[in-house]
Amino acid sequence: MDGVHDLGGVEGFGPLRIDADEAPFPHEWEGRVMAMRLLMGFWGAWNTDRGRHSIERLPPVDYLSMTYYEKWLASLVNLSVETGFVTGDEVATGTADPGVDPVEGAPDAAVVRKVFPRGGPSLRAVDDPPRFRVGDAVRTREHMHSGHTRLPGYARGRVGEITSDHGAHVLPDSNAAGEGEQPEHLYTVRFRARELWGDGGGDHAVHLDLWESYLAPAG
Amino acid sequence: MAHEHGHDQPHTLLPSEPALRVRAIESLLVEKGLVDREAIDEIVQLFSDEIGPRNGARVVARAWVDPDYRQRLLADATSAIAELGFSGIQGEHMVAVENADALHHVLVCTLCSCYPWPVLGVPPAWYKSSEYRARVVRDPRGVLGEFGLVLDDDVEIVVWDSTAEIRYLVIPKRPEGTDGMSEDELAALVDRDSMIGTAVVVGPGGA
Repeated sequence: MDGVHDLGGVEGFGPLRIDADEAPFPHEWEGRVMAMRLLMGFWGAWNTDRGRHSIERLPPVDYLSMTYYEKWLASLVNLSVETGFVTGDEVATGTADPGVDPVEGAPDAAVVRKVFPRGGPSLRAVDDPPRFRVGDAVRTREHMHSGHTRLPGYARGRVGEITSDHGAHVLPDSNAAGEGEQPEHLYTVRFRARELWGDGGGDHAVHLDLWESYLAPAG
Repeated sequence: MAHEHGHDQPHTLLPSEPALRVRAIESLLVEKGLVDREAIDEIVQLFSDEIGPRNGARVVARAWVDPDYRQRLLADATSAIAELGFSGIQGEHMVAVENADALHHVLVCTLCSCYPWPVLGVPPAWYKSSEYRARVVRDPRGVLGEFGLVLDDDVEIVVWDSTAEIRYLVIPKRPEGTDGMSEDELAALVDRDSMIGTAVVVGPGGA
């Protein structure tokens, strides 16, 4: 989707605000939001990609003006309502519907200790051989669809070179939409700054990890 | 804390608005049995005390003193990092990228906030900011300059935009004047920003 979250290369932003002594969670509530959003994810009602999409779908003005963990809170509430864990009325009143019994089996601290070191790998075994090899020139697709995707706007329709093949990984585009994992080969693609930003683009390179369906042979 | 703004207005005693909203949501989710309060405490504690850039610094220091470990790290970072006990969520597929005299790596996630949690913890606010995400892919030299890092013109900069589930760790250059230092002493020199690529590691003499 062409959302405001797709910030790479957008001009007009000012200098960074760097706090060298920043704590992991400068405000206590921020850590609790992060933890609750992770824990609600443990129920399996949404995946990482749908979680990211829910933040991208916040209204553009909110996306740019909310703090980071305010966006996580908004996403936590939206996802919890969309998947039926809570109702809009419960969120508005802050009180559980007395007609619905509490659920059992919420992940406890022991589950956290077990799940964290494992995580959720996205690598999958597929039968299809990779379409591209290291050294191949590829051109990225133009806008493909208006759902969740991981091809940033600044790297669309650009020519780069494959520098790594990471095997097949869950495709975020389908996974976020509830259309299954549809794993595809994932490659690191190297782009020269001039290819991305034009003649005045500088002499650096930008590397992105892109799925096979984002790419076509170039040249 | 009421004195930090130099006056005692009652409003300084009120929790900030997001804190109130978060408390309401937490109460609701706990009441419905969806979230366990001790599990929240556990995650906050993990990221506050255990999962942070000291982990990454140990990886870097080991790579500096042990050539075999360095080779394993560059070949299969996920496994090499797991050797030191760091693994899992948001670090399932790790790649280490090594700085050299004429090569400097810097990490970003332009689309959200992807960051290698097992080795660096949660990202700082600037990493997640619109400013950093928008600018570093386009003008890395300008952005690095705001961190006080000025690289020679002949140093190639590679910006890694974390668009998939691959998570990167920058292996900074070992500074001069550290030949006799132990692995622990070296790890103490390695700060978070040097493993993101917005800083370099400074030796004991400031070199």
